[in-house]
Amino acid sequence: MAGPLTLDRRSFGLFGIGVAATAALGVLPGSGRRAEAAPTPAADAGTPIKVGVLHSLSGTMAISETTLKDVMLMLIAQQNAKGGLLGRKLEAVVVDPASNWPLFAEKARQLLSVDKCASVFGCWTSVSRKSVLPVFEELNGILFYPVQYEGQECSRNVFYTGAAPNQQAIPAVDYLMETEKVTRWVLAGTDYVYPRTTNQILEAYLKTKGVAPADTLINYTPFGHSDWQSIIAQIKQFGSAGKKTAVVSTINGDANVPFYKELGNQGIKATDIPVVAFSVGEEELAGMDTKPLVGHLAAWNYFESVDTPENKAFIENWHSYIKNAKRTTNDPMEAHYIGFNMWLKAVEKAGTTDPNAVIDAAIGVTVPNLSGGYSAMMPNHHITKPVLIGEIQDDGQFNIVSQTPGLVVAQEWSPYVAETKDLIGDWRKPLACGAFNVKTSSCSAGGAKRA
Amino acid sequence: MIRKCVFLLGLFLALGSTSRAWAQDAYTLLASPSFDSICQGVQELGRSDDPRALPIISALQDGELFVGADHSLFIRTPSGMIDTQTGKSAPNVSADKLKKVRLNNPVREAIDQALGSLRLFALDPTRRRLAADAVLHAHDPLALPALDRAIAVEQDPDVRRAMTEARAAALMSAPDASTEDKLAAIAVIGARGGTDSRAILEPLRDQPPPLGPAAAAAMRSVDHQRQFWGVIQSVYYGFSLGSVLLIAAAGLAITFGVMGVINMAHGEMVMLGAYAAFVVQQALGPAWTGTSIVLAVPAAFVISGGLGIVIERTLIRWLYGRPLETLLATWGLSLVLQQAVRSIFGPDNRPVQPPGWMNGDCHLGGLTLTLNRLVIIIFAALVLAGLMAALRLTPLGLRMRAVTQNRTMAAAMGIATPWIDALTFGLGSGVAGMAGVALSQIDNVSPNLGQSYIIDSFMVVVFGGVGNLWGTALGALTLGIVNKFLEPFAGAVLGKIMVLVMLILFIQRKPRGLFPLRGRAAEA
Repeated sequence: MAGPLTLDRRSFGLFGIGVAATAALGVLPGSGRRAEAAPTPAADAGTPIKVGVLHSLSGTMAISETTLKDVMLMLIAQQNAKGGLLGRKLEAVVVDPASNWPLFAEKARQLLSVDKCASVFGCWTSVSRKSVLPVFEELNGILFYPVQYEGQECSRNVFYTGAAPNQQAIPAVDYLMETEKVTRWVLAGTDYVYPRTTNQILEAYLKTKGVAPADTLINYTPFGHSDWQSIIAQIKQFGSAGKKTAVVSTINGDANVPFYKELGNQGIKATDIPVVAFSVGEEELAGMDTKPLVGHLAAWNYFESVDTPENKAFIENWHSYIKNAKRTTNDPMEAHYIGFNMWLKAVEKAGTTDPNAVIDAAIGVTVPNLSGGYSAMMPNHHITKPVLIGEIQDDGQFNIVSQTPGLVVAQEWSPYVAETKDLIGDWRKPLACGAFNVKTSSCSAGGAKRA
Repeated sequence: MIRKCVFLLGLFLALGSTSRAWAQDAYTLLASPSFDSICQGVQELGRSDDPRALPIISALQDGELFVGADHSLFIRTPSGMIDTQTGKSAPNVSADKLKKVRLNNPVREAIDQALGSLRLFALDPTRRRLAADAVLHAHDPLALPALDRAIAVEQDPDVRRAMTEARAAALMSAPDASTEDKLAAIAVIGARGGTDSRAILEPLRDQPPPLGPAAAAAMRSVDHQRQFWGVIQSVYYGFSLGSVLLIAAAGLAITFGVMGVINMAHGEMVMLGAYAAFVVQQALGPAWTGTSIVLAVPAAFVISGGLGIVIERTLIRWLYGRPLETLLATWGLSLVLQQAVRSIFGPDNRPVQPPGWMNGDCHLGGLTLTLNRLVIIIFAALVLAGLMAALRLTPLGLRMRAVTQNRTMAAAMGIATPWIDALTFGLGSGVAGMAGVALSQIDNVSPNLGQSYIIDSFMVVVFGGVGNLWGTALGALTLGIVNKFLEPFAGAVLGKIMVLVMLILFIQRKPRGLFPLRGRAAEA
């Protein structure tokens, strides 16, 4: 994989194709053609700008998404205290899609066509994102999606502030290979789109690294799986072949607690078979006794234990806003922090909240992240991020054992999957295509221009 | 306490004796910020004869080793910081100004290995035994001299055997060992069996004869043994899953099985029981973890049971004989209860700490019995026995059976049937609450806890035969064991589907389940 900020063939192509478009990128805020769609500022002065918050507050996903709703309300309140945006106040419109995927689409439609939200921050699971995607494309809305996901998607109307697989999964596998000398792999995941796609990418990646098919074991379990005894025994047995074995876990949600409890029960220590997880953060560990789990790993772009002044300020703000000093912070919260600030900057740059102007203005916007650097919105609507690997500690926090020296550019289309290895996404004009095939120089149907 | 004092005393003595020049390199390496250097430092220190190796590496393992600005190392003890160079306490140094020496997995592995060789000479035989196991796990030929010395002085036969096995393991990866020695070592490890042995033998399999074939033969015998124990282990897993299903379904066997109420809020009664365990534990504080779980059982029974009586009196009694409405009303109720708990306790998981006596595992031959599962199996058996006794031996149980078998006749005999209905429903809900306490030990305590058990519970009750507790028990165990035997071959998702398909086919053949009720009551 390409190291941080190194230009390999793909990203070079991305930049190369973008060269012609760079002139077009410098669009003037509210310039002629765009202004016709934009409401005139005078008419709106004084009325608040509406920001949609589309997170489940009930049902299975409430455990993860409620926190994100709170973070959005905090960020909006802070911005209002600073004087709002374009001289207008921000107003949050909170809806509850209740962990019900079709309801996500309905609520998104309501946020865009009834409430006329300038932008929406929301979704967690990939299936909810897939459900709202047609709505945002049809009504030309803006969605900021804050969760690490499987990639293989690049919509004009979505800004992906979570990690693509090369910003999380692949660096984690590299770390295990190099530092812990792992040669045998268990890919364990919950049975739905994110783990399946991620494991497909990882399997192809491991093959390029010379891992024999006999040295990988892929295992899927249903959502909320709670009896892990035989699967962990199977992993234990797979790990007894005399080669260093690791588990790459894309197990999501509630199933993680019984999974880790059983690991501890069967005495699998991190020094025997380390588990690296992509969906387990501070929030998930908060309900667990982490003493038996010390040393198991997680890969994210942010940890609460990151030691920077920005992060300290963010945690202090969060604790005073939520009035509970024990509440943890996590990666998707940071993604919303970055996404919200990017949206503010893009609106300021465009001088209007009109979606077309903001979508164009957002590319190239750079804001500080919480790990002490700056994240930039790239033409593929993904952001640059550092990759951190942390080991679980006995206090439920992560000890950061590895950090990429620079920022990693997202690969929205995986180069390890045959169907997508020639695709790039670049929403700058005149290319403006989410799935451009560099071999055939054509825009695939999936990335049709909707500008 | 005494052991701690002895340890501290030893620490002072060890740190004080600067007679031998110790590996200065190791010292510098430990103070470096790079994990690779720390790892190397631990290895060098472990191999040196330095008397300070044990206290320093133990401190590192416990996270009590700190490094100062000038790369000097300090150990934090309850009585203050100790300078590792001089062995004296350093009163004017505080941990806040120092940096903790950090660990990662390779460093932890190096620590385990180093401590293994160092503790081979510990006073406590259990410690020596654990040390021997650690050395076996690492099977590093560099540990051979230490092992030879330890075996020569070892008195305890068990520990001695463990050390001999560790020696054999180390010998196998020693490049200069003779073929005869290695063959003897293969025999020792092959006889030992277990997961570790297989991993140690594996690399030797590709060696030229006679080593390769001997290792392969030893591996085969290890595999045979493992297969045998593997089957028994799967039965245990099946029993364990079955006991969880049984305990979750036991309450439903009363409310649905005996009373015929399709109670979709059954899962929420389980969930409330789990929250009761959380509340009891919070109220008693961390010092009473063991007691609180025991106390939570009656508390959960009272809370869920009480709520069950209220629900029966206010909602369900208006809906007897209307199954569809009951189903919808109780389903709505389940959503209300879930969201109520979510509003009160928050949407995230609540930790219910396991008591000390539920942690860890015990070994029976090649079988590993995890204690928390074992406790749940016993608990499920007790709940089942208690429930049967309540139904058969108590006056209330007699009335319950009378009412469910012939309501009019029971009423004619002077039984207050409405109250018996309420108490029966309360009993079923209370048992569900007790199940919640057990489930809090293996699953998430979250508002969604109940949802994941409701379908399985209905499955068990229908499969076992509605209205029959023995059927419920046997149904739960059968489903558990079938599931656990299918899972390794078919995977968890397909395994579940296969169980479901088998169940549908079974119900097609025998619509009344394993043990149908016979007689006139069944026709009613």
